[in-house]
Amino acid sequence: MASVTLSRPSTTKLTARRIVKDIVVYGLLLLLGGLFLLPFLWMVTSSLRFPGAGITFPPQFLPTEFNFANYPQVFQMIPFARFALNSIIVTTLAVLGELLSASLVAFGFARLRFPGRNILFLVLLTTMMIPYPVTMIPSFILWVRGLGMANTFGPLVLPPFFGPAFSIFLLRQFFMTINTELDEAAKVDGANEIRIFWQIILPLAKPALATIAVFSFIANWNDFLTPLIYLSDPNMYTLALGINFLRNFRGGGELSLQMAAAVMFIAPCIVIYFISQRYIVQGIVTTGLKG
Amino acid sequence: MGYLFISPWLFGFIVFLIGPILASLYLSFTTYKPGQTPVWIGLENYVRMFGDDLFYHSLRITTVYTVLSVPLGLITALGLAVLLNQGVRGLRFFRTAFYLPSLISGVAVAIVFAWFFNTNFGVINFFLSLFGIDGPNWLGDPDWTLPAFVIMSLWGIGGTVVIFIAALQGVPVELYEAAELDGATSWRRFLNITLPLISPVILFSLITGVIATFQTFAVSYIMTGGGPANASLFYLLYLYRNAFNWFEMGYASALAWFLFLIILVCTLILLRSSELWVHYEGLGRK
Repeated sequence: MASVTLSRPSTTKLTARRIVKDIVVYGLLLLLGGLFLLPFLWMVTSSLRFPGAGITFPPQFLPTEFNFANYPQVFQMIPFARFALNSIIVTTLAVLGELLSASLVAFGFARLRFPGRNILFLVLLTTMMIPYPVTMIPSFILWVRGLGMANTFGPLVLPPFFGPAFSIFLLRQFFMTINTELDEAAKVDGANEIRIFWQIILPLAKPALATIAVFSFIANWNDFLTPLIYLSDPNMYTLALGINFLRNFRGGGELSLQMAAAVMFIAPCIVIYFISQRYIVQGIVTTGLKG
Repeated sequence: MGYLFISPWLFGFIVFLIGPILASLYLSFTTYKPGQTPVWIGLENYVRMFGDDLFYHSLRITTVYTVLSVPLGLITALGLAVLLNQGVRGLRFFRTAFYLPSLISGVAVAIVFAWFFNTNFGVINFFLSLFGIDGPNWLGDPDWTLPAFVIMSLWGIGGTVVIFIAALQGVPVELYEAAELDGATSWRRFLNITLPLISPVILFSLITGVIATFQTFAVSYIMTGGGPANASLFYLLYLYRNAFNWFEMGYASALAWFLFLIILVCTLILLRSSELWVHYEGLGRK
């Protein structure tokens, strides 16, 4: 009896503490989560306002006007469709190049034996630490003066075909986890390395390939510095440059138009995130912990 | 056969990396404008650098920005990850909320925050006004420009939050249970169990964070153009202008090599210091 009467108040106290803790935790999370999402909401709301309505104080977070005409208006003011097409071409080619070369090279490092393999892999790891600005100027001279590729997509899409170190590293780690018995069985059946790579390893590596594709897409879609250096002809602009172009354009200072353009620019990245959330989280965790 | 498979990388490594690195080193000892032949001038670019006020200025700004934004971002990200690790419902929703902003780097961020930091109509000053604070002219007052950039950088910490959540989930529950039996408070458990066990991840985020912030470019180029009064003239922006606006490619190469050196030294210092504070038995070998 005594123990029951004693334990009663302490359980209530524990429950009370638990409730207070829950309120604090969820309260903070909702507040901060809301703050992180607020700019997105504000972008969409602002993109739907009538031109000339401009920016208001206090700021409007929830839409009261629905002027969808701002979206087609962006296409009339700047060659938005052209910029979007350029971005799609650049991003698609860069992603394909990265997938192709990274998987080939990673297969070589993970599955094949050759003299100097370990040293070369160490070299590859070291190269991940070299900041882009160090190679930026000579690369510019090489592409523009050496190969005459100013105002082409070459300098943007060709480098990924030559083995981006980070993706190679990620895929190599993944290939290492695939059981070698499969390879050996295939070898007994007379399959060569190329068939093993193509028919056994690649299908098994789909999750890792998806991770790389998603990160490569987001990086290339958002890249600003490389297109800025190589593309000066507005016909060749990617969206990242095009959006900035709109800002400096006559009449482009309009808030609603800028936001309509920005919403269309970020939409593909958001969509890709929701389609491939699993791979993104997995990718951040593996590269984050192992890099 | 192995060489065949790695040949794309080997080719890229020589042509797009080693070649340009050596060329960059050579150019840093020359004066070179596109279309002309490089002229060897020895150490003159480096001498010029140490007498260049804008070089010091951009280096100082970038360093201050790094010192403020990287630790602040790490602490905030860790706080969010700890909150999310309390067994909350809707983990996926909150993780998405914190991560989404990291998907849109550069241009879009710059465009949105250019409006957010508006003195009279901006969202930031609106929130301050709710507390009776008369917000500053963020992007017009040189004293407030860097703080504005720091605030903006906090919006992009989602990737770090995700890494930290994974690290926190990797801490064995038994350790907490044992400590609880010994009567350790939750703060003590955090200090003595959580922090040491996730310290390798903190080190990793610290190093990658420093490397990335030293290369800040797009947002200052788009949002402020380096202004006002050069208050956001980040190192890479100054380097870019030298190379591609003024075509001082020799001098810009010297600046690039110096940046490389800074990043290398910072990384080495952080790695050396990690012997003092990073705990290597837990996560790494589990």
